[in-house]
Amino acid sequence: MSEIYDVIVIGGGPAGLTAGIYLARAKMKTLILNEGTAGGQIILTHEIANYPGIEKISGYQLANVMKNQAKNFGCIIKSNVRITNLNLSGDIKTVEINNKETFSASSIIISTGGRSRNLNVPGEDKFKGKGISYCATCDGDFFQDKNIIVVGGGNSALEEAVSLTKYASRVTIVHQFDNFQAFEHAIEEAQSNPKLSFIMESKIAEFIGEESLKKVLIENQNTHEITEMEIDGVFIFIGYQPNTEFLKDKLELNGRNEIVVKENLETSEQGVFAAGDSVQKKYRQITTAVADGTIAALGAIEYINNIKALSHA
Amino acid sequence: MLQTNLKHILSEADLNKEITENENVMVCCGRMGPMCVPVYGVMDELQDEYKHVAFRDMEFDSPDARAIRNLPECRGFAGLPFTVYYKNGKVVNATSSIQSMEQVKDILDKEFKK
Repeated sequence: MSEIYDVIVIGGGPAGLTAGIYLARAKMKTLILNEGTAGGQIILTHEIANYPGIEKISGYQLANVMKNQAKNFGCIIKSNVRITNLNLSGDIKTVEINNKETFSASSIIISTGGRSRNLNVPGEDKFKGKGISYCATCDGDFFQDKNIIVVGGGNSALEEAVSLTKYASRVTIVHQFDNFQAFEHAIEEAQSNPKLSFIMESKIAEFIGEESLKKVLIENQNTHEITEMEIDGVFIFIGYQPNTEFLKDKLELNGRNEIVVKENLETSEQGVFAAGDSVQKKYRQITTAVADGTIAALGAIEYINNIKALSHA
Repeated sequence: MLQTNLKHILSEADLNKEITENENVMVCCGRMGPMCVPVYGVMDELQDEYKHVAFRDMEFDSPDARAIRNLPECRGFAGLPFTVYYKNGKVVNATSSIQSMEQVKDILDKEFKK
């Protein structure tokens, strides 16, 4: 027997929490399911200064305010759950979590956001935190006077590589293409830094070590020649990807696996809306996520009210 | 001070008191960074389910955090946060960098059986 809601929101970042606030205020019985910590990627932002109405606030604090607002209006929030089954078709949609609990609703809002990409090569999991890092600000000072690699060729990779030269004695950028996908000023700054060197058209094939990372195998993309390099640390900045793997074959996604939506943010499935960074769009900001959450919630409310009106007709 | 909903450990004496007075203690020693905050969130979420475990955090940059930074179990760690599990005052497990809910629960179920 599944627990019944009017709307289930999958994802508890700014888009999902905003949707929750609007839905609960409209007296919709609302459940927010979140695979991570409520707040999404904003909890990782040290300081937010461009959110209208608030001069300065940490991402963690802003997320907590949003979460409390949603709860105070009556939203049920379940965090750190795993979606194990999903049925988005038909009038009643169902979501199963952790292989045990099932919830159903007339409408679903998907606001699952995005995450940093991993390389997915052998040794990456084993040496995470023991030589492999995804955050220069967090872990840079562990690599004082060390020899490190930065993987990637976008703005984040080049900017973080330059910032890591404050600590490391030598930083080598390994990038899969023959040119960088970054702003010209970031490229110039990187290329003029004497501590930086570049290995282009190459990728990491394997991480090797014992207790901690000791070396990497680097494969040239053209010749497939493998070179071994002794290294103290590797920082990985290869962009973000939408959290939409679980939606394949259920909703229309574009070539970048972003959810395709109509103007009212309804997806290819009737009664299923999408909001935030997992949606096909150009700009990804807290403010755009909040706007999406509002539109998706209003769309879901209208959809449910129409169903109710039809059933009473 | 860390901006979390967990009880904070502010000194080495505080840490010693916690691991002496509580049989099972999980301490996440970090900053308010992208690898640390999700772990605090997981711990906060688990406080109700694992009432027999004391969930605490400690600021990595405080001088007294050397009690965790210098643990032999944390040798080779190069990623925040350092998360240490104590049973009856002894370290029974330690991890470096971000951990998922499942990874944390696996350790809690293994080390701190109800």
